[in-house]
Amino acid sequence: MTGLLELENLSVRFNVGGSLFGRFGNSSTTLTAVDSVTFSAEPGRSIGIVGESGCGKSTLAKALIGLVSYEGVLRFDGAELKARRTKQLRRQIQMVFQDPGSSLNPALTPRQTLSELLKIHEMVPVDAIDDRCAELIDLVELPARVLDVQPRSLSGGQRQRIGLARALALEPSVLIADESVAALDVSVQASILNLISDLKEELNLTLLFISHDLAVIRHMADEVVVMYLGGMVEHGSVAEVFDDPQHPYTQALLASAPRLKRDLTDETPIIGEPPSPLDLPPGCRFAGRCPQAFDLCHTERPPLYSHDHGSAACFLLSDSNE
Amino acid sequence: MTTKVDQTISSPLLSVRDLHVTFRSKHTEVTPVDGVDLEVAPGEILGLAGESGSGKSLTLRAILGLLPRGGSAKGDLRFAGDNGELVPYDPAAVRGSGMSMVFQEPMTALNPTMRVGDLIALGAQIHQGMSKADAMTEAVDLMREVGIPVPERRARSWPHELSGGLRQRVMIATALSTKPRLLLCDEPTTALDVTVQRQILSLLRRLAEERQMSMIFVTHDLPVLASIADRIAVMYAGRVVEINDSRELFRRPKHPYTHALMHSAPVIDVTEERLVGIEGRPPDPRRFPVGCRFADRCSFVADGCEDAPYRLGEIVDSSGTACVRELDLKGVR
Repeated sequence: MTGLLELENLSVRFNVGGSLFGRFGNSSTTLTAVDSVTFSAEPGRSIGIVGESGCGKSTLAKALIGLVSYEGVLRFDGAELKARRTKQLRRQIQMVFQDPGSSLNPALTPRQTLSELLKIHEMVPVDAIDDRCAELIDLVELPARVLDVQPRSLSGGQRQRIGLARALALEPSVLIADESVAALDVSVQASILNLISDLKEELNLTLLFISHDLAVIRHMADEVVVMYLGGMVEHGSVAEVFDDPQHPYTQALLASAPRLKRDLTDETPIIGEPPSPLDLPPGCRFAGRCPQAFDLCHTERPPLYSHDHGSAACFLLSDSNE
Repeated sequence: MTTKVDQTISSPLLSVRDLHVTFRSKHTEVTPVDGVDLEVAPGEILGLAGESGSGKSLTLRAILGLLPRGGSAKGDLRFAGDNGELVPYDPAAVRGSGMSMVFQEPMTALNPTMRVGDLIALGAQIHQGMSKADAMTEAVDLMREVGIPVPERRARSWPHELSGGLRQRVMIATALSTKPRLLLCDEPTTALDVTVQRQILSLLRRLAEERQMSMIFVTHDLPVLASIADRIAVMYAGRVVEINDSRELFRRPKHPYTHALMHSAPVIDVTEERLVGIEGRPPDPRRFPVGCRFADRCSFVADGCEDAPYRLGEIVDSSGTACVRELDLKGVR
């Protein structure tokens, strides 16, 4: 692997009490929010991570920036990265959050937010901070006057641009965008997505784009990782995965997405809802909803089988793997 | 129900004429819904599209008299009586008699202190005068109809014990308990995951067919409307700017706003190199411009647009637009 960012069996587990007092005793149970995720992001690539709520995509993002502790190995530029990391390394992976309203400090103007960051991380000499703020605000295509207003008087799209400027202030190599346009109106979404694409090219960023929205992922990503209940079910190039999905879950997900060019058919591609992450089935996590499940699926976890243009965690692919 | 419903509906179920919704405070007066005309045919699913602030949800709420505090509605609202004749109605008194509503967020819209069976039974008790036992049987039947597995057992569940998809099914069952002829849906699938959203859309579509029930379906999500609506009205800045049969609308949009909306969101089955956003912001509802309200964001703006009437023009072949320029715009189908 020659990735800038490499994940090897990365898992995130939380202890949750079985009862209110459980967490103080021995009866606590473990919730595996992210389970053995393995992939690598080459420099300049854009990786989409897609899945429904509770699939662990946001927890994965938090692990990557060190906000939650994890098991397994995470490497950045060849060196192992722990959840507790130096300022220097923290800077390398930055994130733009979903809700720009609550992820910006409401008491600070964008200038104050950016200046503080630039100062603490010693990005530029103190007397150049103002110039750098102006550069950053220009980078995200906002007028300079926006630097000195309170976040609450900005529109959602403008706030998201400030969130982007904040992430870019630290000159990261990897930018994680976690549902960064989900809270915006479609007409505003377009301009933010375009801006992220442009900045990725201009600054040669490696992009991890996390979304529940298949259309947005298709538009933004080169490769896609599909997650279901914490596990990775499929990985491949966007074109291949969207046009020829191998895992039954990916197939169901794509068949469920409403499309402009297609009417609703009577059959529902998939029934039921995901089981509780606290009470996972022993075999494949999707087996209970899978129209193609057989005995083995209910007892054993399928590994990731690689195929011509990617990999998928499904026993149906085991033949082609040998 | 795949028959197309003509815009020149001969005997509509609901007719809305010149609907205004106004919010007044001491110093200001805002009219976010400012002259909406709509008609819904029996059995038809009408989609109401628009971005936040367009007035789509307020229009829906005004029809059922559920406006937020401080809001008041004005306009001619008529609902068909038993003989099919349109009769003016009082939105505040219409609830439960022929119309009900499904909300976006099933967790906050369901009463958390009632078992879901009791909640669904309440509608039949109050509006159909059933005994508690009969209403409970009816509730279990409704739960079965909306696809809740083991309804007898589920009827004893509390809302918090159910998944998001099941909660939304419970809300739909609650709405059905009054035997509505018109179901008002306010973004009913926006909070749901894609696979569950699909199930709920199929369910609503099936219910509309089986019960010969009309629906107004409000959402900002055009692909969702493409899959469920027979006819679509697009709202912008307080008014309907375009209305057409669903397929025709996607094939040949006639208003530049509809066109822009269609091309600004990434769509899973349309790969465009670059998205075209819409510059600027919608006008402030306190000071709507005189002419076309989309003119300053429109890429097809021409002389005269600022004085053009901001009203749906004549409806020809079930299609109408508020744009005075006869543009040949590119659709997505």
